[in-house]
Amino acid sequence: MAITSIKNLKEFSTTNDRFEGAHTLCPGCAHSMIVRELMNCTDDNLVIATNTGCLEVSTAVYPFTSWDTSWIHIGFENAATAAAGAEAMFKARKKKGTLKDNNASTKFVAFGGDGSTYDIGFQWLSGAIERGHDFTYICLDNENYANTGGQRSSATPIGATTSTAQAGSHSYGKKEKKKDLVAIMAAHGAPYVAQLAPNKWKIMAKGFQKALETEGPCFINTVSPCCTEWKFDPKDTIGLADLATDSLMFPVYEIIDGHELNILYRPKNIITVEEYMAAQGRYKHLFKPEYRHIIDEVQKQVNKNWEMLQRREEARI
Amino acid sequence: MQDLRLLAQAKRGQRGLENKSGLVGWDEVTQGTVLPSFEGDATNIANLKSEERAYSNFNSYTATVASWRVKKPVFNRDICIDCQNCWVWCPDSSILSRDKQMLGIDYDHCKGCEVCVEVCPTNPKSLLMFGEYTELEEALAQWPEKKKKEK
Repeated sequence: MAITSIKNLKEFSTTNDRFEGAHTLCPGCAHSMIVRELMNCTDDNLVIATNTGCLEVSTAVYPFTSWDTSWIHIGFENAATAAAGAEAMFKARKKKGTLKDNNASTKFVAFGGDGSTYDIGFQWLSGAIERGHDFTYICLDNENYANTGGQRSSATPIGATTSTAQAGSHSYGKKEKKKDLVAIMAAHGAPYVAQLAPNKWKIMAKGFQKALETEGPCFINTVSPCCTEWKFDPKDTIGLADLATDSLMFPVYEIIDGHELNILYRPKNIITVEEYMAAQGRYKHLFKPEYRHIIDEVQKQVNKNWEMLQRREEARI
Repeated sequence: MQDLRLLAQAKRGQRGLENKSGLVGWDEVTQGTVLPSFEGDATNIANLKSEERAYSNFNSYTATVASWRVKKPVFNRDICIDCQNCWVWCPDSSILSRDKQMLGIDYDHCKGCEVCVEVCPTNPKSLLMFGEYTELEEALAQWPEKKKKEK
């Protein structure tokens, strides 16, 4: 396994990009930061499958491709299945010895947005993880269907306004809580499940390497601040990710073999959820007096969740 | 589609898509078509730097998104400490870094999102945004002085 050594950022910067520029993602999009980092943290051959979504439509604008590796796109829902199928074929051919290079180390990766992971591709993902294929699924979680104009998905947090759950005089935006997909994937018994953030580049790169190294199905949820739909200035992408991890809206942690939970990043100064929400246009309406109770409710949920994670880490079960 | 062709033609190396025989419209592509990212053998790509690779006309590296930009980041070598923060967080792979040194910005792929300026830790920043048509000398002459810490 040829893994790029990443003691520090200077060393990491000597790796070569395999995700090319001139894709058509929005300026300041965190998707490409995450994808670049995954492809730079290993020297192995990569076979990548991508669900329909922002990443797929912007990196494969005919006649161009931004991928320097094998890349496949089939439908909205089945990147997990495509990666699993390719992996099964690879294994079979390796056994028969019909590969071009039988010793080459090849890793299988699937990318999906939160719409195609939490909602549409959930059954396919669940199936592929259950069957135990040796691949890594990475969800780029920007909490809405950003490609089609910001509709609500089951990853959208409570109180956020989206084009299909709009805030107004009778509504405070989405009324339901965000689905805890990381816990669901851990419950599948996947050997490595994690939630990572691009602002913590080292933790993220190490998590990716661990997932690629681990044999079996791995799931990683990454927070990908979306400047278009979260409504903030493109230059603040990393700042927003900082706010997300420091306010514990997106705690950074991993779960090994479905039970061993490790918190990977503990913020020195935990900030309030209010501060995180104030930085984004999609929560603007919550600062009106009639909807302020939603912020308190979210803060309570976040505190409870953090307490739960800490207790689980201590209990080691 | 037409625009992309024109952009690709204006790209480095003048690899015009027109010269590519057999290129059909996106609606005429048959199932199972493969767009190769490289000319010839593509093994060991992970160990080649971008200037050593044989990109094909289909690789978006040969295209440009420079027209998206209103402002461009300008790099000041004198202040840079080569921390590589801009390299790791650039969403468009536009920071040219070789041998742990920051060399400059790839203006063909930069979209002017300003993330690199925001994450730059030096004082004053070694990357700043200027108007698209500002000359380098002009920009460097306008560079702000070091800010003193507020007490």
